[in-house]
Parts: sequence; C-alpha cells; structure tokens
Amino acid sequence: MCLAIPVLIKSIEDKEAEVEIGGVTCRISLWLTPEARVGDYALVHTGYAINILNQEEAEETLRLFEEIAEAEEKG
Amino acid sequence: MKFITEFRRSELAEGLISQIHRRSKTPVRFMEFCGGHTVTIFRYGIRQVLPKTIEMVSGPGCPVCVTANADLDKAIALSQIPEVIIATFGDMLKVPGSHSSLQKVKAGGADVRVVYSTTNALEIAEENPTESVIFLGIGFETTAPTIAASILQAEERGIKNYYILSMHKLCPPVIRALLDSGEVKLQGLICPGHVSTIIGSHPWEFIARDYGIPCVVSGFEPLDILQCVDMLVAQVENGESKVEIAYRRGVHPEGNREALKLIEQVFEPCPTKWRGIGEVPDSGLKLRKEYQHFDAELAFDIDPGPTYEPRGCICGDILRGVKTPADCKLFGKACTPEYPVGPCMVSSEGSCSAYYLYGGDFEG
Repeated sequence: MCLAIPVLIKSIEDKEAEVEIGGVTCRISLWLTPEARVGDYALVHTGYAINILNQEEAEETLRLFEEIAEAEEKG
Repeated sequence: MKFITEFRRSELAEGLISQIHRRSKTPVRFMEFCGGHTVTIFRYGIRQVLPKTIEMVSGPGCPVCVTANADLDKAIALSQIPEVIIATFGDMLKVPGSHSSLQKVKAGGADVRVVYSTTNALEIAEENPTESVIFLGIGFETTAPTIAASILQAEERGIKNYYILSMHKLCPPVIRALLDSGEVKLQGLICPGHVSTIIGSHPWEFIARDYGIPCVVSGFEPLDILQCVDMLVAQVENGESKVEIAYRRGVHPEGNREALKLIEQVFEPCPTKWRGIGEVPDSGLKLRKEYQHFDAELAFDIDPGPTYEPRGCICGDILRGVKTPADCKLFGKACTPEYPVGPCMVSSEGSCSAYYLYGGDFEG
C-alpha cells in the first residue's frame, strides 16, 4: 500500500509535473515536494511525489555493494 | 540511474549474501514491519538465501489488512446512502466486512469507484456537484499527507461535496503496542521505507533505546533488503542497538517536512482500532476541528450494526507476527485470493497473499 515508484520529472507547471510511468505520460502532484525540478527522479505514491531521490546517495550505496562483492569474492 | 534495476543486480546480491552468512553467528528473529517488504522478500526468495541463524517474521504493515471490520462496515453503510459516491483505492474492494464487501454492494448498485489518487476523487466531486463523494482514507504516514493535501485542495477550489472517512494509522505507536504485548520477541526490526520517507528515522529511536532492538530503515528492492539484514546482523553481533538508514536515497533522517506540516495542519492523533491488535492510543488520525466539515462520519448518519469477525480466520494473529499463514486451516482451501475470507489474503501486500502467490517456506 505504501508502494512508491521512481519516475523522471519531464516538465513542471505550478504544483503539477508531467512524468513518464512505464512509457505512459502521467501528471503527478508536487504538493509535498515543492523543491522538485525538471530532471529529478521523484518517488511517486498515489499520484503525489513524496520525495526527490538522492542520486549521490544511490551511487554511494551501489559503490558500497560493489566493494562488498569484490571483498567477498576474494575472501 | 533509474533507481530500480541497479538495485536488483544478482552479482551484488551474492556479495551481500556471502557477507551475511560470514557475519551471522547469533540466532535472531527479525521482523519486516511493512507489507511491501514482505512482497520483496517472497518475490525474490530472500528467506531461502539467508543463513539458518536468521528467522524472518512479517509484521502488521499492511493498511488494508489492519483496517478493523467496524471501519469497513461504516464504509459499506455509507455506500448505501442515496447520492453518495464512494471513492476508494482498489485494494479495499474485496475485503469482507461483517456482512458484505464493497465489491458486493457495488454489484448491488451502490456507486463505488476505484481511484488511483485523491486527485481523481476531487475530479469526481467536481464532475458530480449534486452528489457527495466520500473518499475512504486508509493508509499509513505515507498516504496521510496526500489525503491532507486533498482536503486543502478542496478548500482552495471551493469543492463542498468532498468528504473523507479517516481510517489512517500511524506506525510507531503500534510497534510499541506489539513489543509491550511481549507476544513476539525480536532482535531486529526492518523499518518501513516509505513511511520513513515522510516521518524520517527519529520516530524509531525509542525502539532501539527502550527495547534494545536494532532498527534499520530499508528500501524495497532485493539489494535493499539484503543490505538491511546485513546491517541488522552487524548491530546484533556488535552488541549494539541503534537506528540506521539503509535506504539513504529515499529517506532523510528528518523526513519530508512539507508533508509532515500538512498532516499536522489537517489531522490530530486519536486512538484507533487495529484488526488483531485492538485499540492503540494515538495510532490514528482524525480531522482537526477546522476541517471537520470534511468528516464523512459527522456529515452522514449511519448505523453499521454489530460487527462480526470471519470464523476460523487467524489474520489477527498473523498481523501480530505470532502465527504464519501455514498455521491457518482456511489458507489455500476456503481462503484464496479469488475468494478471500480474511484481509491478509485480499491485499497484494498481505502475508497470506504473498505465501499463496510465491510459496511460503512450509510444507502445505
């Protein structure tokens, strides 16, 4: 029920954004994320962006997984 | 970076699994609170790849499942009022109440419409000015701000025929109630990811501090769950109990302040009843006085009658983590996703549904 999916924000008009979900263009509400910018990935839950995903943190997490995988392979 | 497939790479999963096996020595029981996590764990066979030292149990984190029968009966009673349109998330349709379900009353002629978002419910209200649209407000902290936003939009746009039936629930108080009951002993808690996106990680701190249980906030991809289990194992083996965030791309320790502000503006905490758990203080949300004209319970006079629980159904015990679907005599026989008896089989995030679809780790 708390499902939220990452979507790319293509354009913004007032408190709404146009995004693409599975190849279909949809409108979502930005009431909860006024900081959203075009090009951001938003977490969308029931038609509302509930957060803007942090790309640097995502890359950092993946780097950590790669280090673990490398260390475990050697170990 | 699309934030999905990157977190499903099998070679990275192998590294995490290997590290968990190497580090886990102490037998532990971890609970995943959230139904979304339950689905990821079953869909990707995560229970099967973990060492025997780690037992996973599912928690009550499925809003449809924990909605009390009495609340469902209220929604069904509201649907019987002439010129009322019920707008609801699709998950609620098949859940059996004491006497009927929304799906059955819809088949009988009640105007029940499935919406994806409160924005659709507002549109229906605008398109049908002579009717009253009642949105069934279910969900945790993740969903509550979207309902709050819909109330403020209705005010802004002068929509006077929009109401909500507030059945919202808050997660930290129910975890406290579960732990206080002493029925289930845990050595780690996988905290819900998108609830934490809204409330942040601080509201979980009492669990680590007062109950000595390690807590890690997890995302919903398989690598997220593995990382979370690994971090819980590390805390256990180091003798620590603290709150950590594994899902750093989606959760800030302070949460989403804008969303919290909207919840605070529109709602106030109240006691509410959880299926299988009973009434928990301050675990629900009701509309503040200034917004009570949106409250369907105050606007319409209904008498849902006495409440009955389905016979033989053990959803309540499953939601508390003290029994599994394998313990239920109805599971897979009298109760299937097609003809569900209890809510845990109806919701795609319910434990019974996950066991049924992906196969539980039991002989049955």
